[in-house]
Amino acid sequence: MSDVDSTHAVAHHAPPQGFIRKHIFSLDHKVIGLQYYGLGLVAVFIAIFLSWLMRIHLVWPNSRIPGLHLLSSAGAPGDVMTPEYYLSILTMHGTLMVFFVLTNAPFAAFGNYFLPIQIGAEDMAFPRFNMMSFWTTFVAFCVLISAFFIPDGPPISGWTAYAPLSAVGGAAGPGLAYGQTLWAISIGIFCIASLLGALNFIATTLDLRAKGMTMMRMPLCTWAWFITSCIALLAFAVLLPACVLLCLDRLAGTSFFISSGLVINDQVLPHSGGSTLLWQHMFWFFGHPEVYIAILPAAGIVSHILINSLRRPLLSHKVVIGSMLAIAFLSYVVWGHHMFISGMNPFSSLAFSFPTLIITIPATILTLIWVGSIYGSRLRITSASLFALGFISLFVSGGVSGFFLAQPSIDIYLHATYFVVGHFHLVMGVAAVFGIFAGTYFWFPKMTGHMMNETLGKIHFWGTFIGAYCIFMPFHYLGMIGNVRRYSTFVDDYLQPYLGVHKFITFAALTTGAFQLIFLVNLIYSRFKGPKAPVNPWECTSLEWTVPSPPPWDNFGGVHPVVYHDPYQYGIESSTGDYVMQTDPANIVVERDEK
Amino acid sequence: MASAFNEPLNIGQVVDVEPVKRKTGGGGSTPTTPADGKLPSVVDPAGEPVRTGVWVGLATVGMMFAAFTSAAIVRQGAADDWHHIVLPNILYVNTLVLIISSITLEISRRKVLAYAKGENPSQIIPIAWLGATFALGLVFVEGQIVAWSQLKAQGVYLATSPTSSFFYVMTVIHALHVSGGLGGLIRVMVKTGGHVFTLRRSTLDGTAYYWHFMGALWIYLLVLLRLKF
Repeated sequence: MSDVDSTHAVAHHAPPQGFIRKHIFSLDHKVIGLQYYGLGLVAVFIAIFLSWLMRIHLVWPNSRIPGLHLLSSAGAPGDVMTPEYYLSILTMHGTLMVFFVLTNAPFAAFGNYFLPIQIGAEDMAFPRFNMMSFWTTFVAFCVLISAFFIPDGPPISGWTAYAPLSAVGGAAGPGLAYGQTLWAISIGIFCIASLLGALNFIATTLDLRAKGMTMMRMPLCTWAWFITSCIALLAFAVLLPACVLLCLDRLAGTSFFISSGLVINDQVLPHSGGSTLLWQHMFWFFGHPEVYIAILPAAGIVSHILINSLRRPLLSHKVVIGSMLAIAFLSYVVWGHHMFISGMNPFSSLAFSFPTLIITIPATILTLIWVGSIYGSRLRITSASLFALGFISLFVSGGVSGFFLAQPSIDIYLHATYFVVGHFHLVMGVAAVFGIFAGTYFWFPKMTGHMMNETLGKIHFWGTFIGAYCIFMPFHYLGMIGNVRRYSTFVDDYLQPYLGVHKFITFAALTTGAFQLIFLVNLIYSRFKGPKAPVNPWECTSLEWTVPSPPPWDNFGGVHPVVYHDPYQYGIESSTGDYVMQTDPANIVVERDEK
Repeated sequence: MASAFNEPLNIGQVVDVEPVKRKTGGGGSTPTTPADGKLPSVVDPAGEPVRTGVWVGLATVGMMFAAFTSAAIVRQGAADDWHHIVLPNILYVNTLVLIISSITLEISRRKVLAYAKGENPSQIIPIAWLGATFALGLVFVEGQIVAWSQLKAQGVYLATSPTSSFFYVMTVIHALHVSGGLGGLIRVMVKTGGHVFTLRRSTLDGTAYYWHFMGALWIYLLVLLRLKF
């Protein structure tokens, strides 16, 4: 019997042959990573386009948007968007961004590409599962997007799909017949894909590390992907049952989420006794950890890049890992802070408020370590390091408003306002997107073998950084004066003085969106015409920079790497400069400053 | 810089090399080299991904059923329409069948190992025990289908009441997972009974862990259904 062969980094599949095996149904984690990235890129540009439509409609509600009727003749008769279609677009924007951009790009795309290389493995533990994971995600994406092309249109219940609106069916409004069903099926499929991916990440990290690659020698981004996969494993395992129950309420007449005696359009629904709060509990048990599924990989990527730019390790490697673990654990006990105004027991609100405030402690520690490590350093300014700094800035700015929202008494006033929109866009949305940009500028040379244009990268950074603040900071002020969210137009008298602020935000959104075209041009141009990238252009210490750019199909060319050092040996006098690679058997003697 | 592609060292090997100096303490990164100038032991952390994958997958399945259980408890308290249903007696027979299948699988595992070590030259015995386990698994799934038919005959459908809804959802999803286990058993049989023995220990163990977990999960579900439904 060929008993268990526990050699590390074994080749799991033969070299790919033919176009389809190499580029479409590939088992190679790097190709799968790029596929996730490509899907995220398509999703983000669709989502940006949808946000433009929303912003234009908000400030010019009766204006014609040429060609909009092509997207939906019922939703935009005469090219003027209906209020219902505004909600459909809002739903699709949120769903695309949260699931197909913020979950896919920093976690699935970069994680797939770099986690195996950074731990010295030749591929993921289960390459076939990995391929299935991407193509299942792709099916989920197609199912979601197909909602645009059915007469019913996309659902209007938001990315959170609150019951009973999401459960009662077409009687309640457009998009709630087939559109909502497609949404629930799409997200259910996405859950299965994410679970397969998380399983792969965990098994790979635990079992395929190269010799010498102890857990504490893993780079911080690898730690972040590993912790995120643990979060995803349990979070999506709850959202999947929630989607199953939602589908049954919609299609099979069950009453999980629909209460009795519900009257819609003068019709009494035949359901009995369902709990609308049950959906919220199940959704947010996933939904809050999802925030960290989006942000932790970005935090890991930013830490990795920041250390490289600072040319010295962070103040504490262990405390960063500990903080990320603490955030992961606490993320499961705070979901109720999304439900302070849902009508649940006020004592429950208190119970959820306390851990929500506690979770700010590890988040603050992370921030202090980043900022403290920057203090007194000679930072190398690159596009990647600028986006890393931008991430920290946005994470802090968005996080500070979280202190207010964590308290039920304040949240009751602010919850349904633009304050919350500003908060989560800064701390979860734009911050994570900055992590994606940082990762792209940093790893693009490794992924493609070409350098990106740094000047365009810096222009892209400043346009996006200033633009993001111009869009989302005013949201906080609008929220404080009581500007409600989810409305398609603002006709109330008290909001009239603030329409100018909304116009400013719309201009900022259009401009910032346009700046992303610079990124797209840079990405495509550099891919084909960019200068050839050396093996290690950033003088980085981790394993991905020991292999050619792009890496061969088995990553290390048949050689098993051996790891001797912690991941961030910078600030060292060595023959190569101020750093020692993890695979370099050089002996490092630390001479600490005793002062 | 030394070559990035170092040849593997033996575990625990210690290497003498010329030291390089860190200019300052920098941050809190732990020094990787002890003061005697020897490199630390190179530890091989490699494990067996199949075994880990199965455990991680089972954690997901466990979490999913924890979610269903929580949902059932919340739903029970949400309204006064939680009517108890009489469980079909065949469920108890099915439980017995699944427990016996776990026993036969353990016997199979020992027989496969004996065959792999050459203690028993015959392929037939391990295949027969694996086949018996597979047959018992099929009987369980068939028994569940009979249970659903009996409930249907009593007029208890998916949407009849919250109890029936949760009953069908949880038992159907469990049966689907057992069917996945049957697929795993076929894989083990093919790898054991082929011309060349290609079964990995981890595949055998992983399939067994999965199967036993499904048995334990079913007993949990039966207790839950008996007490709550």
